[in-house]
Amino acid sequence: MRSAAHHSLSWWLLALIPLAFLGLFFLWPLCSVLVHGLFDGGFDLAGTWAIVTSPRTADALVTTLLLATAGTAGSVLLGVPGAYVLYRLRWRGQRAVRAVVAVPFVLPTVVVAAAFSALLGRSGPLGFLGLDQSVLAIVLALVFYNASVVVRVVGGAWAGLDPSTASAAATLGASRRRVLAHVTLPALVPAIASAASVVFLFCATAFGVVLVLGGTRVRTLETEIYLQVNQFLDLRAAAVLSILQILFVGLALWLSAAARRRRERVLGGRALDGTRAFLSADAWVAVPTILTLGVLLAAPMYALVERSLRTIDGHGLDHYVALFGQPGRTVLPVSVAQAVMNSLVTAAIAAALACVVGQIVAALLTRRSRRSGALDAVVMLPLGVSAVVVGLGMLLTLNRPVLGIDLRGSWWLVPIAQAVVALPLVVRTLVPPARAIDPRLRLAAATLGASPWRVWSSVDWPLLRRAFGLAVGFAFAIALGEFGATSFLARPDRPTLPTAIYRLLGRPGIESIGMAFAAAVVLAVMTAAIMMVSERMRTQVGADL
Amino acid sequence: MRIARATTAGAIALATLTLAACSSGSEPEAEPTDGATGATASATPTAPEEVDLSGQSVTVVTHDSFGVPDEVLAAFEEETGLTVEFAAPGDAGALVNQLILTQDAPIGDVVYGIDNTFASRAIDEGVFADYVSQAPAAADAAEYAIAGSDALTAIDYSDVCLNYDLAWFEDNGVPVPQAIGDLTDPQYSGLLSVTNPATSSPGLAFLLATVADQGDDWTTYWETLRENDLRVTPSWSDTYFVDFSVPNYGGDYPLVLSYASSPPSEVIDGKPTSAALLDTCFRQVEYAGILEGAENPAAAQAVIDWMLSDDFQASLPGTMYVYPVSSSVDVPAEWAEFAPLSDAPLTMDPAEITANRDAYIAEWTSIVLD
Repeated sequence: MRSAAHHSLSWWLLALIPLAFLGLFFLWPLCSVLVHGLFDGGFDLAGTWAIVTSPRTADALVTTLLLATAGTAGSVLLGVPGAYVLYRLRWRGQRAVRAVVAVPFVLPTVVVAAAFSALLGRSGPLGFLGLDQSVLAIVLALVFYNASVVVRVVGGAWAGLDPSTASAAATLGASRRRVLAHVTLPALVPAIASAASVVFLFCATAFGVVLVLGGTRVRTLETEIYLQVNQFLDLRAAAVLSILQILFVGLALWLSAAARRRRERVLGGRALDGTRAFLSADAWVAVPTILTLGVLLAAPMYALVERSLRTIDGHGLDHYVALFGQPGRTVLPVSVAQAVMNSLVTAAIAAALACVVGQIVAALLTRRSRRSGALDAVVMLPLGVSAVVVGLGMLLTLNRPVLGIDLRGSWWLVPIAQAVVALPLVVRTLVPPARAIDPRLRLAAATLGASPWRVWSSVDWPLLRRAFGLAVGFAFAIALGEFGATSFLARPDRPTLPTAIYRLLGRPGIESIGMAFAAAVVLAVMTAAIMMVSERMRTQVGADL
Repeated sequence: MRIARATTAGAIALATLTLAACSSGSEPEAEPTDGATGATASATPTAPEEVDLSGQSVTVVTHDSFGVPDEVLAAFEEETGLTVEFAAPGDAGALVNQLILTQDAPIGDVVYGIDNTFASRAIDEGVFADYVSQAPAAADAAEYAIAGSDALTAIDYSDVCLNYDLAWFEDNGVPVPQAIGDLTDPQYSGLLSVTNPATSSPGLAFLLATVADQGDDWTTYWETLRENDLRVTPSWSDTYFVDFSVPNYGGDYPLVLSYASSPPSEVIDGKPTSAALLDTCFRQVEYAGILEGAENPAAAQAVIDWMLSDDFQASLPGTMYVYPVSSSVDVPAEWAEFAPLSDAPLTMDPAEITANRDAYIAEWTSIVLD
């Protein structure tokens, strides 16, 4: 009894770190907007109810559900075979392909939307499809963005899956399809559900692609919240819609947690190598998968690169050269090269913050309980809440000294906000492997007199290092590409790469758009490089075991 | 009335005057815009040594397309000893709303970039402290002042106009439309791309232009435009960079919503490839104002005077693609050649805009999108 109480106390003490972090930089700002919206000038039940029941709200809710479901389904349908080909199988050159697949995830929506519009427009190469400004165009863009999340999260699990169970089933006469349906996929459900829940949240809160590719006709909860805050100054409507969004996202998280709970199992203390060499029999799945991934991911990226090279008289590297000069010293106070440095520094700090806090959260979530479920939900929430609302909340709350610290206009808010955004994916990457560790190992260590810290550092950490490398890569990439919160907080004289791209797109001239696209290509290359490094780190650590 | 506003300590008025003088490099003589202000100004002795902003800092809140050349900013900081910090929490529309929501704890001292489509909302909410600059260009700025309010000082203006692709109309033998009313003609079907007024400030300006031009018939007008295969995008960059058919972008639409100042950017080998339709323009004026409750109002006044200085005014076309209010600075030569302003821009009283903006947008949305 006493030891249980002690354990509970230390759990809560440790939980104070992530809770304080999220509380200060996410929950408090969020709540301040909600309270401001609902209760300023007295709570108006009839007015609030009218917003909840308006056809416009219902329409936005249904559209959000449809888009998020379609985007998630598409990402999983493409991502799971992708994970098999890119992670389960071993073949020459797969590292580079893995890195390229991760790129779309960080590309700024303004640029991706422009690339999609160029492809799908009347005279574009895919214009004959008639998808310009359609719901399907949005779904394609959502899959473009999020398939990589599924590929990486599921791929990581698949590469570590014990192949002996599947071999045993096959030996016993099960067909490949049967093995896949009854042995392999069930074992992957926690990873798939984990990835799908994150992708669902990304899709449910997508903003730029919905507006641009839907021609502003498609209205989701996110676009409605944006309009209510930025155009109509109707904070009550924004608050009501935000609460609906939170409930909606909460329901999705609960369903995903239920799916994971049924399947997540202890995998024992061994780190397995579940990969195998590419066989000619794999071609039937590998070829179509690579082709689909290739067309969906490569076509917009091709359009992007082409535009970055397009000059007044043909094609050339002019815009890349311009990135290193002062761009007329006008639109940006610094060169884009300097913005790259700003981005790298900010993203490094954000990744460090997200991974430290994420690692603590993962340790706290290792043992399942009611309180860990609540913490899990709180950590995931930032992905499901409108960036407009959180950004506004930060202006309302952090715009004065807090506990004696004046963060107003502080540069530190940028990496902090990026860390809040990156945290959910870090946690989703770290928790499944943490839960897969056999608790008996910890118990044995504890019995032998190891302190909780010692247990964690000698049992958990060696097994988690692989996943940690992946999490660092993800966090870095998210921070690098983050635009929503950054645009609220980044100081104009210290733009990050995405905010610089956005500003370049604000003035006419082929140099502006050329440099914006060149900068996006630089961002893509940086991301691919980071992904390759984290990939390498991961396998090397794996080899240590 | 303006005397009452000058209840701020004499030193502040003094500071302002001196700084105005410093930053513009002219004599520290105020140019009174009316009797009352003149009285305040002349009653205040000019003594630079008493005014010291050095070592202080001032936060300028702007929209996200703000820019100023380094040397212009550095000169201001050197002359005043101020450290200028910038915050840019969003685009022009978002900016006003954020200022209103953060009134209790202002996010800066002075704001630049409030335009006439949002000005009245912010003034009505009491976001600004009154201030009338005595800088040399203040008389020019007064031309654009908002009637009945001293809250905002005009800094620059621009014309939001439809732009067209010169070659397309020539090659296709289609007459160039002249007025807003022409666009409903079926021969312009599928040629026009505009931005959504709910998500884009030029989009709102063009909507107001159509209301000003078409009067009560504006709803029918947009219904016809919609039937004429109108394209709508969320932001200026989507319409201009993706849709515009000029050689630089190669899009599918020879008529797009942009600015009178855009054509110089599309000049290739000394020849223009696009031009603005000057009878479709809405005049957008951008203002600066001191935030009520600012920590450093004296410095905020200095910033506004600086924005009316010749150096700052002259930098505006190059940095933000807008025309300076000051008549004493020159616009770039290529602007004179390729970016003429409209002789008779459409416009609307800011108070009327504030009263109807939300209704116009809601109605436009139901006509054009739903």
